[in-house]
Amino acid sequence: MSDQTIQEATEAELNAPHPTDEAGINAAVQAALAAIESAGDLTELKDARLAHTGEKSALSLANRQIGKLDKSEKAVAGKLVGGARGRVNKALAARTVVLEEAEAARILEEETVDVTAAPRRRRVGARHPLSVLQDRVSDIFVGMGWEIAEGPEVESEWFNFDALNFKPDHPAREMQDTFFIEPADAHLVLRTHTSPVQVRSMLQREVPVYVLCPGRTFRTDELDATHTPVFHQFEGLAVDKGLTMADLRGTLEHFARQMFGKDAQIRLRPAYFPFTEPSAELDIWHPGAKGGPRWIEWGGCGMINPNVLRAAGIDPEEYSGFAFGMGIERTLMFRNDVPDMHDMIEGDIRFSQHFGMEI
Amino acid sequence: MRIPLSWLREYTQLPADASAEDLMADLVKVGLEEEDVHRPSDTLSGPIVVGQVLSLVKEEQTNGKTINWCQVRVVPEGTEQTLTGKGIEPGGVQGIICGAHNFVEGDKVVVTLPGAVLPGDFKITPRKTYGHVSAGMIASSRELGIGEDHDGIMVLSNYGLDPEVGTDVFELFGLNDQAAEINVTPDRGYCFSIRGVAREYALATGTSFTDPATTISVTEATEAGHQVILSDDAPIYDVPGCTRFVTREVTGINPSLPTPRWMASRLQLAGMRSISLVVDISNYVMLELGAPLHFYDADKLTGAITVRRAAAGEKLTTLDEKSRELSVEDLLITDESGAIGIAGVMGGAATEVGPSTSTVLIEAAHFDAVSVGRSRRRHKLPSEASKRFERGVDPHIMDIAAQRAVNLLVELAGGTETSKVTDAGVVPADTQIQLPAGFAGALIGVEYTDEQTITALQGIGATVAQNAEGFLVSAPSWRPDLEIKEDLVEEVARVVGYDQIPATLPVAPPGRGLTRTQSQRRRLLQGLADAGLTEVLTYPFVSEAQNNMFGTPEAGATVKAVSLANPISKEFRFLRTSLLPGLLDTARRNIGRGFRDLALYEGGLVFLPGDQLGSAFLPPLGVKPSDEVLADLYNGVPNQPWQLAAVFTGHEASAAAGFAPRAWDWADALDAARTVADILGVDLEVAQGDHQAFHPGRAATLKVAGEVVGYAGELHPALLKDADLPPRTVAMELNAAELMAAAPQVVVAQSLSTQPLATQDVALVVDQHVVAGHVLDTLREGAGALLEDITLFDVYQGKGIEEGKKSLAFGLRFRAADRTLTADEASEARAAAVALATEKFGATQR
Repeated sequence: MSDQTIQEATEAELNAPHPTDEAGINAAVQAALAAIESAGDLTELKDARLAHTGEKSALSLANRQIGKLDKSEKAVAGKLVGGARGRVNKALAARTVVLEEAEAARILEEETVDVTAAPRRRRVGARHPLSVLQDRVSDIFVGMGWEIAEGPEVESEWFNFDALNFKPDHPAREMQDTFFIEPADAHLVLRTHTSPVQVRSMLQREVPVYVLCPGRTFRTDELDATHTPVFHQFEGLAVDKGLTMADLRGTLEHFARQMFGKDAQIRLRPAYFPFTEPSAELDIWHPGAKGGPRWIEWGGCGMINPNVLRAAGIDPEEYSGFAFGMGIERTLMFRNDVPDMHDMIEGDIRFSQHFGMEI
Repeated sequence: MRIPLSWLREYTQLPADASAEDLMADLVKVGLEEEDVHRPSDTLSGPIVVGQVLSLVKEEQTNGKTINWCQVRVVPEGTEQTLTGKGIEPGGVQGIICGAHNFVEGDKVVVTLPGAVLPGDFKITPRKTYGHVSAGMIASSRELGIGEDHDGIMVLSNYGLDPEVGTDVFELFGLNDQAAEINVTPDRGYCFSIRGVAREYALATGTSFTDPATTISVTEATEAGHQVILSDDAPIYDVPGCTRFVTREVTGINPSLPTPRWMASRLQLAGMRSISLVVDISNYVMLELGAPLHFYDADKLTGAITVRRAAAGEKLTTLDEKSRELSVEDLLITDESGAIGIAGVMGGAATEVGPSTSTVLIEAAHFDAVSVGRSRRRHKLPSEASKRFERGVDPHIMDIAAQRAVNLLVELAGGTETSKVTDAGVVPADTQIQLPAGFAGALIGVEYTDEQTITALQGIGATVAQNAEGFLVSAPSWRPDLEIKEDLVEEVARVVGYDQIPATLPVAPPGRGLTRTQSQRRRLLQGLADAGLTEVLTYPFVSEAQNNMFGTPEAGATVKAVSLANPISKEFRFLRTSLLPGLLDTARRNIGRGFRDLALYEGGLVFLPGDQLGSAFLPPLGVKPSDEVLADLYNGVPNQPWQLAAVFTGHEASAAAGFAPRAWDWADALDAARTVADILGVDLEVAQGDHQAFHPGRAATLKVAGEVVGYAGELHPALLKDADLPPRTVAMELNAAELMAAAPQVVVAQSLSTQPLATQDVALVVDQHVVAGHVLDTLREGAGALLEDITLFDVYQGKGIEEGKKSLAFGLRFRAADRTLTADEASEARAAAVALATEKFGATQR
């Protein structure tokens, strides 16, 4: 302790009211309350607390003197000083709460940011809509008890054509605009459709077979707004006893409703494919089509040609089956109004990212 | 095939007010798909009439041109002009400026009057030009959109026409007619004829149909006919190249006669040019009856006609004046001078009909579809004839079509029919197919009555006899596609209507859901998207250089790859052995569009040919190949594993106020690979990398159980510069198929210790070339079972560390399964770890 403190303390002791001096004590209380009330923040309040309840404060000093008093005075003084100190402590506590709240509010106020200026710190990734749509289609069929089958993209010509009843010189074989692998006598192609997976599935599985074959396919088209040399298809195949074209229609109708809502309708039109007989084109009624509701060509289907069953070692007199195939790009195009094929295949990140998880 | 409605109406009850759209709507029900509408009146309208040039004054202009100032009468003399409107002269005589000079006073011409609109939305109005008001236009066939005439305006006498002045040109030229264009599938060759489509229209609408083939009475063949020898010594698939060859002769043709307008306008609507009367008749009969004919100038023929395969080295100059080397597989029409035509594809120039032809020899033959198709492909000569032969022509129609041509040549070309009629070869018997009773219903799911079945089959032209087993069906001669009972089922179903087929939902046997591999692939694709990457799908076509760079770690090595015989681009004729070329192209495209901060990935197949590429033997169709043949087919298909690759360039996010995003670096590429491994639950070993496409010091070789499964890190700066990509672009590629196979089948759950954790740090000084991963692995090994986890938290070189050394600081977490570890136990384990590191790397504690 420095001399000055001793001096001050002494001076304070001298100025302290007598413990029985009601007016003096009250004056000290009033001074304390005034100081507490006027404290603007917790620091000032701390100062006020030290000044008015500290060891050298008037009330503490008065309190300390009580011990020296007569017994008769002690009770009066005790009550007087104790009450005074109580009032001061209560005021201190109350003021503390107020100032703490104010302090917290101030900090929060100070910490306020402009949330509209927030940066994007983490990039959002996305799957490609064609890939998601492929999963969605698969899920619908898995839900019906079907399984998903896959096959190679470079495929033997036999699986791509011959096994599917494409005669070697038939015009239908040319219509497929095939990419051939060198050398020609290797008899390999980039599969022109997912149909070779049908044959592989029939060869490798036990009947009954109910499989969906999604995948990438290839034709020698130049890329334009509606064509791409690399595209995706999904193909369905069911082989069982007694399957009919009505079963085909029922399956397609169920699928169409899962994809496009309960009001979706389908239409079958006679068509020709080497691997089905009878064959049909499948149209879907698209109520939300751009330019008004209309029928949209969706894919091809039919009852499996007996030659295809035979190629897979299945007796067509005992079993029948149906097959159907649609383009995934085409489905996405009319389902989501994609105006240009380029958007789907160029890998522009905006295309994948803006779909979210809509599909 | 384009169907002019007026033509179809000759054989069916097509309503007078039916449009091409109405027709297509009916035809689509029976399987003829709508393609387009051709209607001249859609682009041509207003008053267009026949006018007569009363006077023509040639006026020379300052620009050197001479124009004709014409007075043209457009209503008959003495008749009032009924049209009104700006520029229409009440007197019926229009003043018109015309720049063409191929006409004279008195000629009748086509006048488009003010108010008319021509193709290209060209509106005719009176306009001031060359000092006159020209009120209308004298039109060329080109301006009307009905021809390609370059010689000037249409002078109607050149078309054999002398109509009355004021005649409506729409009527005159059949411009009110319209055509429906339909798509004909390859099995329906007969629909490349009015005859075939008319039958289908009747089937679709239930109206009546007159077969044009039955309306023609044919002159019988005689001994006097032109001698024809069918001599095919090398049939393809044992099918003779020519089974029937009919010839007829017409003499005294006047080749200067014009094609009548009705014929020319139908041909034009059907999409064919009007060439000359004789050629037009040949085309007209082909379109009407579906039989391609060939006309020879009989005076240019030398002796008997022989149909045979070409001899080696034989040549022919075809109608298009090209000399063609013939193949021994080509079927030829020859006379005693040599080849005069490639059967069903194109005739020879030497025997072509022309302006001097007076005697025509008509050929109406039936050629084998395969033979014609091969010749057409070989010589790249697609024609209307080959299109029909390849899809099958009615073998019964030859003599009828020839007769139809004879009749038209007589009627329109001034010719005379002679008795020289040849009909060589045979007409094959119609195909007989047994359709079991109830079979159609069982396959379609509709109970067809016998009556429905018989009516439908008779409707398509078949003959049906009921027998004990059902129906014995004799297929119509124009339907070579009908071979098996299922073919007949389609006919019954489509004639009765596909809309009659109900919907039933078959129940598949209980399924197994997605396979393990399928689920894994989905998780991986989704996992990378969740990690902030964007999936793209790229083409698999790459260059040889790209494969040699990305498909092998070793510089200078040649990667075995699959190549395309007919690629879109010769440079990119190889199939990818790595996904990275496609991803880098995609990255560059995005950067070009202003997206510089990218994280892209792709999952897809790569193509890795093995020792066997393909199979020499292609088994026949309709039969299951033997196990050996199947194995050979399977083995010939190249290995095509599913890979995953990612490319990162720029920053992890876009810069923004108060936010400086981190630039992607090599560790992000590695992290993506680790994400893949973590999703699968596979331990991925990371070793210092060695791949030519990567930075030699900033890449990792990734292994599973010691086998290389991929690479990750920064791409080689030189490569990035060449590829025009930003520096520090990083990438990873994994053989995901192998990773997926290595994933644990069943994970045995660990019991989780709730005992307290004891942590110890250690800093080791090692040679700067020692890789941290090895030290970390060693510490883990040395620390033993109590070690729960270990991380490298600091790498330091510099002050306090000897030159050529580095300090690696590790945090070790110890925990026992059953007790609280004492400080001594943890220290002991730590000391054991350090001891092993010291032993292996000479590490010293800092």
